[in-house]
Amino acid sequence: MNIDTVTREQVEDFMFLEAEMLDEWRLKEWLDLFTADGCYYVPTTDSAPNASPDDSLFYVADDRFRLEQRVERLLKRTAHAEFPRSKTRHLVSNVRIRGRKDDELDVGAAVLTYRTKMGLTETYIGSYRYRIAVTPDGLRIREKRCVLDMDGLKPNGRISIIL
Amino acid sequence: MNQPTMNEQPIVWHEADNHRFKVNRSGFTDPAIFEQEYEKIFAKCWLYVGHDSELVKPGDFVTRIIAKRNILFTRDKQNKVNALFNTCPHRGAQVCREAKGNAKSFQCFYHGWVFGNDGALKSQPGSECYPEDFNADGAANLVPVPRLDVYRGFWFICFDPNVESLSDYLAGAKEWIDIIADQSEVGMSLVGGTQEYQIRANWKLLTENSIDGYHAMNTHATYVDYLKNMQGSMSPVPFDGTGYDLGNGHAVIEYKAPWGRPVAQWIPLWGEEGKVELNKVKARLVERFGEERADRIATLNRNMFIFPNLVINDIMAITIRTYFPTAPDAMQISAWALAPEDESPWARKFRLSNFLEFLGPGGFATPDDVEALEQCQRGYNAMKEAPWNDISKGMIKEKVNYDDELQMRVFWSEWQRRTGARVPTQGGV
Repeated sequence: MNIDTVTREQVEDFMFLEAEMLDEWRLKEWLDLFTADGCYYVPTTDSAPNASPDDSLFYVADDRFRLEQRVERLLKRTAHAEFPRSKTRHLVSNVRIRGRKDDELDVGAAVLTYRTKMGLTETYIGSYRYRIAVTPDGLRIREKRCVLDMDGLKPNGRISIIL
Repeated sequence: MNQPTMNEQPIVWHEADNHRFKVNRSGFTDPAIFEQEYEKIFAKCWLYVGHDSELVKPGDFVTRIIAKRNILFTRDKQNKVNALFNTCPHRGAQVCREAKGNAKSFQCFYHGWVFGNDGALKSQPGSECYPEDFNADGAANLVPVPRLDVYRGFWFICFDPNVESLSDYLAGAKEWIDIIADQSEVGMSLVGGTQEYQIRANWKLLTENSIDGYHAMNTHATYVDYLKNMQGSMSPVPFDGTGYDLGNGHAVIEYKAPWGRPVAQWIPLWGEEGKVELNKVKARLVERFGEERADRIATLNRNMFIFPNLVINDIMAITIRTYFPTAPDAMQISAWALAPEDESPWARKFRLSNFLEFLGPGGFATPDDVEALEQCQRGYNAMKEAPWNDISKGMIKEKVNYDDELQMRVFWSEWQRRTGARVPTQGGV
């Protein structure tokens, strides 16, 4: 794959595959979409979208190790928030390659995720910002950031799924 | 308060002889009780409004909803802190619609009245149509809350002008707030970002949960797994500690626990750099407070509850959490991270990382608490047939362990005293 010739369609396919893996709870496979140093962030809704978790309180700030642990946790019976697990549907839209630099794509998108459990459906509305590495093995996520377009997490009480 | 009658009894049922302490589940579901809570608790008690560090410079302001009222919390140009009702005295619109910022004045957009950051009316369009002494009595200023006071950086308001002093109200909790405030010589401050969320459960379930050492091992099994999986994340410290009644419905548990504390329990994960840093922090605490108190500050964890709805947990990080019910089965929560202002970037980074591992709606623990609370609330749908919660754990003991339930009994006794809530008797307890 060549950084200069990657098309939006290829990026979209990659993101749609990611959404499918999350919705089918294929979380270990999903981890393989990340680089070895990949990370995943959800800032609090009153923080700047590009805030750093080193000096600002986030909802989620996982390095690769904690991301693996998050997946491991979600697959356990003792992850009570997700046992039995929720049904989810990630709808990804407005995908745009915003920039290309070195081996990395700067990708923006809109996302709407539904989570249903015990007869209740919660909605998570937001935008994605990805740093996607173009590697010999294909596209890999170096950073995934989900910025929620919400006033706090209301009515949601938790981010117990991966957004 | 109504005299007890033959056919009703308090929601909170205490049988000292029998070592039983029970709470009728209608306390979590009854709309009439929910209304009473707003009248007899939230309108009468000191309520946490914000932290000193949110208003650093003159002109700084924060808007907040406290017991359904819109509050404008400001530092005015005289450097005085104010809590004003955020409602224009003219027709009622909010004069400030931003979450926070810095402003010399606030203009109501409806008719253009302008107020200083101390709440005083500065101008209104068409002032020639009003007498010159129109605001001589101050009735056209923003209305201040009846009472406002601060303890060690924690600001509280009260809607009852006749309430006891904040100092008297906080009672034994002051000693414990001191332990948190003393962690820095220059001051503690909030670290940017608010975690806001809603739980579909009664607010009192979160009170119980926040000071409940008993649920940790079951509910948070995956957090403990996580610590075990991470090389060097644990210190060889067993869980052990005590629960305390702090008076006026406030309570705390204090205990040893194996995770790292940025003030100042080192774990191998933090490396040599971290060890040097934390040794410095600890040494300074010893200089200031002596060995014993320094040890207490540095190595013990505290989950503290201040009646009716403030939780300050000094555990693997410090969280300030406050919450208000919006319905018998729903509440809204705001939570912040508190840290020593002069902490190094290194310690700050680990503190926030620690916080997110456990605390908050995206952590490895809080989502399971949320699930537990929502499950309890569902359980109360069977209230008629299964009417009682039991919180008797530890009543037979002289020394109360951190995972006993004294803390909940302290809260519920005060809640019962203030609400006087009763339920019809349906046979035995």
